[in-house]
Amino acid sequence: MAAITLKGLGKSYGSGYAVEGVDLTIADGEFVVLVGPSGCGKSTLLRMIAGLETVTKGDILIGERRVNDVEPAERDIAMVFQNYALYPHMSVRQNLSYGLKNRGMSKAEIDTRITKAAETLELGAYLDRKPRALSGGQRQRVAMGRAIVREPQAFLFDEPLSNLDAKLRVTMRSEIRQLQRRLGTTSVYVTHDQVEAMTLADRLVVLNAGRIEQIGSPLEVYTHPASAFVASFIGAPAMNLLPVRLMSGALAMGDQRIDLPPGLLPPGLPEGAGLLLGIRPEAAVLADTGLGFDIAVSHVEELGAARIVYGQVGGQSLVVQVQAGQDIAPQMRVSFPAAALRLFRADTGKALT
Amino acid sequence: MVERRPFLTFLSHAVLIMGILIVSLPVWLALVASTHGETAFTGGTIPMLPGGEGWRNYSTMLGKGISTSGAPPLAAMMLNSLIMALGIAFGKIAISILSAFAIVYFRFPLRQLAFWTIFITLMLPVEVRILPTFKVVADLGLLNSYAGLTIPLIASATATFLFRQVFMTIPNELMEAARMDGAGPWRFFKDILVPLSRTNMAALFVILFIYGWNQYIWPLLITTDARFYTIVAAIKRMADVADALPQWNFVMAAVILAMVPPVVVVIGMQRLFVKGLIETEK
Repeated sequence: MAAITLKGLGKSYGSGYAVEGVDLTIADGEFVVLVGPSGCGKSTLLRMIAGLETVTKGDILIGERRVNDVEPAERDIAMVFQNYALYPHMSVRQNLSYGLKNRGMSKAEIDTRITKAAETLELGAYLDRKPRALSGGQRQRVAMGRAIVREPQAFLFDEPLSNLDAKLRVTMRSEIRQLQRRLGTTSVYVTHDQVEAMTLADRLVVLNAGRIEQIGSPLEVYTHPASAFVASFIGAPAMNLLPVRLMSGALAMGDQRIDLPPGLLPPGLPEGAGLLLGIRPEAAVLADTGLGFDIAVSHVEELGAARIVYGQVGGQSLVVQVQAGQDIAPQMRVSFPAAALRLFRADTGKALT
Repeated sequence: MVERRPFLTFLSHAVLIMGILIVSLPVWLALVASTHGETAFTGGTIPMLPGGEGWRNYSTMLGKGISTSGAPPLAAMMLNSLIMALGIAFGKIAISILSAFAIVYFRFPLRQLAFWTIFITLMLPVEVRILPTFKVVADLGLLNSYAGLTIPLIASATATFLFRQVFMTIPNELMEAARMDGAGPWRFFKDILVPLSRTNMAALFVILFIYGWNQYIWPLLITTDARFYTIVAAIKRMADVADALPQWNFVMAAVILAMVPPVVVVIGMQRLFVKGLIETEK
């Protein structure tokens, strides 16, 4: 096991940077998830760590060793690919042993490792099958098995669950988590699915347009998003971001006026400054506790455990999530606890609270 | 399209059977002719049933040949044809799989130029470049040799393109996984690409074997020594006798014998051949 350090990492494909200025230290044994929309550079970043992409600038260190120019096979890392990338003409056993054989490991040692990995992943019964005779979930396990038999310094996962159906994805997600906990191997996991990111990560790294937007524990990122982008990306339904203007110590949105409790507004903001008011849909309370809006309900989605109410306030749309069974009127008052409100600058998107 | 109408079933079978009859009638006649005596096919009425001279005709052709037409024993010529067909098939597969590997998986200077140069050879089959090729082969002293028979036909682009297509359907992740697994280019080629293109190689082998076996103009041009005659080219020599009637019974025996090896290859490799042409799962 080893820590992974990225220093000022950048990748350019000729014009402009696909990844730029990435500084990140992944502790030994940590599970870090890189999350972001497609095209944000998360896969490029992972592939740079793997050695499948060259580094344009900056450094990658695995443990104490600078690996910028080290071949992927020599970096002592293992990767699980999105489409599994199993060798179709080899049996499961051959798939698992191929990397070990290439490293000149003894036959006995290979057998012990495969037996152990097969036991861990419950693959024992399939060792002599070809990948095409396996289901999606089993192939996924073989791909993981190929990574764990190597006993590498780190695992790299490139959206490994995106080819599975929704139910299997949930099962495999927790399996990956438990496996990583048990093995204690440093892991970097790329996904665009924020639920996967939240549930798996020790630490989340939210990427946008090739740059890190925020690094933090899932809860930190959820409760204190560093930017409007993170706020809208993490959490489902997404956080409401209402454009408001600062008017004599209160927020004005159309004809609605929101008086903020003292202390919530950072000092030094100019009068009339454009802000974004961030409110989590699930922070809503259907009662008048002071801080809130009158909304015109446009439609309601029934989820069983909860109801998602889509409404309009001051020309803006607003989504709130309420408990099942709560009555919804065409016009209603929703309130929010002051602690659940977040403010962002409208121009840069940076968080103010 | 699945339609269950007895009439259509009948019709489609009828058309197919007709087609088979039309195609196989000449073959049947050749077979019949090769079992009669010398005069049966020059006498006006053509027999439709096999005669009793088959054994004599075939053993004469295989063992002695027909000296009046300058034809050596068939067995030797069939061996020449076999060497030529196998040489072309294996040579072409070996060269083209390697060049396709280079073009698909390596980024080297002038890669595009190399690609287009190979592409252009598609427009230059032996028949088109026959004079310069003959000159080159002659200057290299390869007339009347197996090398002269095979090498000029090995250089062509079709097989390279086939392998290029095959390699391009193999997902890139497989190469990356192999890299992570510590396989260098040669290992990747040997352990992954070659096994994955096995069926395509078999299909290509069938096509190239028949292509090599059926070569006509080239062997006719560059072999003047009877030791290097190939059977397909020799049939022409036999039928072309100067001051006598062609001995059709012997010629047809040679024709039938010349058909046997390609047929054996096709039947023997049929399963792999079909699989190689239709298989898409990678």
